[in-house]
Amino acid sequence: MANRPQIPANNSALIAMIADEDTVTGFLLAGVGNVDIRRKTNYLIVDSKTTVKAIEDAFKEFTTKEDIAIVLISQYVANVIRFLVDSYNNPIPAILEIPSKDHPYDPAHDSVLSRVKYLFSAESVASDRR
Amino acid sequence: MSGQGQQRLNVVPTVTMLGVMKARLVGATRGHALLKKKSDALTVQFRQILKKIVSSKESMGDFMRASSFALTEAKYVAGDSVKHVVLENVRSASLRVRSRQENIAGVRLPKFEHFSESEPSRSDLTGLARGGQQVQACRAAYARAIEVLVELASLQTSFLTLDEAIKTTNRRVNALENVVKPRIENTISYIKGELDELEREDFFRLKKIQGYKKREIERQMAAAKGFAEEKEAEEISLRRGISVGAAHHLLEIAAEKDADIIF
Repeated sequence: MANRPQIPANNSALIAMIADEDTVTGFLLAGVGNVDIRRKTNYLIVDSKTTVKAIEDAFKEFTTKEDIAIVLISQYVANVIRFLVDSYNNPIPAILEIPSKDHPYDPAHDSVLSRVKYLFSAESVASDRR
Repeated sequence: MSGQGQQRLNVVPTVTMLGVMKARLVGATRGHALLKKKSDALTVQFRQILKKIVSSKESMGDFMRASSFALTEAKYVAGDSVKHVVLENVRSASLRVRSRQENIAGVRLPKFEHFSESEPSRSDLTGLARGGQQVQACRAAYARAIEVLVELASLQTSFLTLDEAIKTTNRRVNALENVVKPRIENTISYIKGELDELEREDFFRLKKIQGYKKREIERQMAAAKGFAEEKEAEEISLRRGISVGAAHHLLEIAAEKDADIIF
């Protein structure tokens, strides 16, 4: 099967973040942050001055980098670039929408969770038919 | 649909081909059963993952809330400047993930697991002046959150991969069931029909030849009998000194001369 996405067996991969300052600070404190030789970080701090373009670029960069296995993205940031997040379909890196401190988490907006919900309802219909 | 179902493979109707087609039908049936089983196994797995995703999404909310609160505590105690210290001290990730593969019914699912590469010694000094304990608690809270998030990420990737795999498998099952098998069955019935017709034709031809031969033999027998009778008559007449031909001749002459002669 040629169209199956390849799953690289990485021994050591990073977790990237696109979130507000507090969330990023917390995760950096846990030791997730990484800065490479070119001073490129594996996180993006989103504040009121960050443009949509910058978020899009960061998202695209994180999803195409090979050494990133998981991309954490605050849900309100994900809402800004919802079209990109929804059109992203690859298993690796995995996109995780996380709640942020000052924005309540809404499961209905989560791209994966909405698919899960959809499948739940679709499967109950499909199981009758089968 | 019915027009599509009536298709058959383009083959020469021979006994060998019939055997080949029967073998293919057996293979298709077995493959269909196996794929069906695979699809069922994947679906079972898929539903478990769905349930796990929903529950761990909920628990993720709790963990994130706890860690946010821990960060707020740390900021309150250690001052707002702690985040600048943290942001400045980023060098290389000490908490990383490694991925390995898990095999479920021939589908490779990625599994992430996190690991600490080195002791986070650099930021140990963060909040040394005040609030060190809160900072450590905050770090622990976020490390726990990462744990949950990594687990959720592997569930999510499994979900996407399995979704794709199930779709492909179901497509194959349906293709075998609705396209390949009917086509092979149609081909088999076609070959059987053709072979039957050939047999009937052959039988008819044999019958025909048999009848022809029988008639031929009868004709020859009759001819031989007639010839033998003629020969016998000639022998008898020769013994009497006159040939049958001459006798005929005489009779004819006599008949011309005298019409009253009666035998």
